[in-house]
Amino acid sequence: MRHIISILIENEAGALSRVAGLFSARGYNIESLSVAPTEDASLSRMTLVTRGSEQIIEQITKQLNKLVDVVKLLDLTEGEHIEREIMLIKVRAASNGEREEVKRLADIFRGHILDVSRVTYTVELTGDTRKLDSFIRALGDIPILETVRCGSMGIPRGERSLHL
Amino acid sequence: MELSGAEILVQFLKDEGVECVFGYPGGSVLHIYDELYKQDEIKHILVRHEQAAAHAADGYARTSGKPGVVLVTSGPGVTNAVTGIATAYMDSIPMVVITGQVPTAVIGSDAFQEVDTVGITRPCSKHNFLVKDARDIASTLKKAFHLATTGRPGPVVVDVPKDVTDPGVKVPYSYPETISMRSYNPRVKGNARQIRRAVSLILSAKRPIIYSGGGVILSGAADSLTELARMLGVPVTSTLMGLGGYPATDRQFLGMLGMHGTYEANMAMHECDVLIAIGARFDDRVTGKIEQFCPDAKIVHIDIDPASISKTVKVDIPIVGDVDSVLTEMLQLLRNSDSALDQEELKLWWELIERWRATNCLAYDHDSELIKPQFVIEKLWEITGGDAFITTDVGQHQMWAAQFYRFDKPNRFVTSGGLGTMGFGLPAAMGVQIANPGSSVACITGEGSIQMCIQELSTCFQYMLPLKIINLNNRYLGMVRQWQEFFYGSRYSHSYMDALPDFVKLAESYGHVGICIQSPADVEGALREAFSMKDRLVFLDFITDQTENVYPMIAAGKAHHEMEMSPKSVLI
Ligand SMILES: Cc1cc2nc3c(=O)[nH]c(=O)nc-3n(C[C@H](O)[C@H](O)[C@H](O)COP(=O)(O)OP(=O)(O)OC[C@H]3O[C@@H](n4cnc5c(N)ncnc54)[C@H](O)[C@@H]3O)c2cc1C
Ligand SMILES: Cc1ncc(C[n+]2csc(CCOP(=O)(O)OP(=O)(O)O)c2C)c(N)n1
Ligand SMILES: [Mg+2]
Repeated sequence: MRHIISILIENEAGALSRVAGLFSARGYNIESLSVAPTEDASLSRMTLVTRGSEQIIEQITKQLNKLVDVVKLLDLTEGEHIEREIMLIKVRAASNGEREEVKRLADIFRGHILDVSRVTYTVELTGDTRKLDSFIRALGDIPILETVRCGSMGIPRGERSLHL
Repeated sequence: MELSGAEILVQFLKDEGVECVFGYPGGSVLHIYDELYKQDEIKHILVRHEQAAAHAADGYARTSGKPGVVLVTSGPGVTNAVTGIATAYMDSIPMVVITGQVPTAVIGSDAFQEVDTVGITRPCSKHNFLVKDARDIASTLKKAFHLATTGRPGPVVVDVPKDVTDPGVKVPYSYPETISMRSYNPRVKGNARQIRRAVSLILSAKRPIIYSGGGVILSGAADSLTELARMLGVPVTSTLMGLGGYPATDRQFLGMLGMHGTYEANMAMHECDVLIAIGARFDDRVTGKIEQFCPDAKIVHIDIDPASISKTVKVDIPIVGDVDSVLTEMLQLLRNSDSALDQEELKLWWELIERWRATNCLAYDHDSELIKPQFVIEKLWEITGGDAFITTDVGQHQMWAAQFYRFDKPNRFVTSGGLGTMGFGLPAAMGVQIANPGSSVACITGEGSIQMCIQELSTCFQYMLPLKIINLNNRYLGMVRQWQEFFYGSRYSHSYMDALPDFVKLAESYGHVGICIQSPADVEGALREAFSMKDRLVFLDFITDQTENVYPMIAAGKAHHEMEMSPKSVLI
């Protein structure tokens, strides 16, 4: 099962490597990991996407909680939540046909074209992981020159929230 | 008070109540060593290799109830200490390791004797810190001691760059009496509802057993465990790390379980219907084949570390908390309970256990011309009245020590269980002797292991540590040889210990007494002679039977009821 785990961690040097090191040392898989400071400068928030059996996920959350720098943790998958990821994707758009097709797809997926050159379009797209994946599939034969994705971020719906 | 970083560091250790530091100097810690020179409250033990500093601090911690403290220099000082840090980590031993680092300005430039200490020790310490400002030394060390000694204990590393201890830079210091960390709040008290559920499950059992581990020792819960077991009248087995948590000479004790556990302990595990796991972590040396582990049992597990619970074996009633606190509450509930264990069933259970016990699974040949290693340890137990502190190295001798030295008290058996570090025994014994001057301390070792930290004989002479070294010299890396005999068609690939030194002369050249014992008839006399020399280290080199194996044995991947038995045990 795929799980999205949100972590509040002390904003200390090396905090990220403690999490990454835990995953590599114990052979857990990380599908994506995103980190940034929060409104409280002493805390960072990480969103980590991983896969494993219930037993492995239980160990992952326990081992993460055991890290001294981890202040709090929430498995978003356990409740209703919103998931978002941003993708910047540069595709070839040299011919008229290619340009029209990319523009049309960007509209359908509610993306924006951020940058245009003689032969390329760069599209920005926001959504959950599945939406971004299907955009890529929809591009079909149009050559992709570059993709950048930030990894999933998530937040619980409603009044549930992860804070101190 | 305005002090330099080095002064703060040493003053903090005094204020924290540290009496002894195990260390080895070098460039990056010279400011600190200069401060140590100027005082005499803290004793510094100069080892001969940094690995030994960590093992000695480990032995000190296990037998003093206080954290061990280590001080080493940057680069090779740290890398040498890593084996000792990892050893303490695997066995959850409280330790604070202060490491020198190159000056902050040159960190990351491949400076002379620079290693990424925080990076190297991250996976083998409970936590680690890099101190970048003299003002942070006291609060960081306070956190380090707090982390090392609370919750599930473990080693904590504090890396201190040389400029941070500069004697020319003075900053304010006051001893931080308390520390709070919002991200670290280990749970001590168990959940009351879970404890009630556990008690009622236990009372419904027909074939209960207590599986006790190192957590009982670490928690100081031997008395509570003993009271619980006696009140219930149930059998107790223990891991290697838990030995001494329940008196080994008591009838209710079945001996150690696991790979080299007794027949009765392993069979009772296999047949039990309620397993009470207390401060034990279901290690693979203990469980054997996971799919067949305690097939009929409901499991209660008490552990302070939630990550130890349901890690390898799914348990039915988890209780997160300190063993002593939880057992105290259980005892309270049991005293006030109207129900009790079904005594008829319990009697039948004991009859079954006594039949397993009758196999006499630890039997060995008493009529041999050669010295049997088991015999040496039995005699050692007799002569020391079962009351010595015993450290071991790793191998067959370690297993015989666990099987034949019957520990009635906790904190008496000091062994590297989790990492299985050869070279641990001698330096650990130094730490034990320093924590317990005047007590008998013996290191049970093998001719392979003892050579891994043999240089510490020099430290022992400098500080007049009257250890007794029991070298079970089988001229083999015996545990390796045993596996090669069983599983590799007796192809003894590189397990013969050739070109051994003359251990008697070696001991003498370090200023100690050496005795070589070749015949079973001389074993007892030599041991008595050694222990009568109260102020001398005596190296006893017992030339033992080379072919002896450790029995019973559960081969890797086998279940508890599939033991290889000694040819001497009684088959049933
Ligand atoms: C050659 C060799 C052979 C071995 N053979 C065997 C064998 O046959 N049988 C055997 O048992 N072992 C054997 N071992 C040792 C084995 O590798 C493990 O080290 C050992 O089994 C672990 O013991 P434990 O489960 O008691 O856990 P420990 O490593 O002692 O861990 C303690 C547990 O207690 C918890 N704890 C700590 N403090 C507290 C507290 N205050 N309150 C509550 N819980 C606490 C910890 O979280 C942890 O889960 C062998 C080792 C070697 C080197
Ligand atoms: C540092 C280290 N290296 C290798 C091993 C693997 N090992 C485990 S037991 C053993 C043999 C130990 O020989 P000895 O000390 O003579 O003890 P014996 O088994 O003969 O009693 C070895 C090599 C280890 N545990 N530790
Ligand atoms: Mg040997």
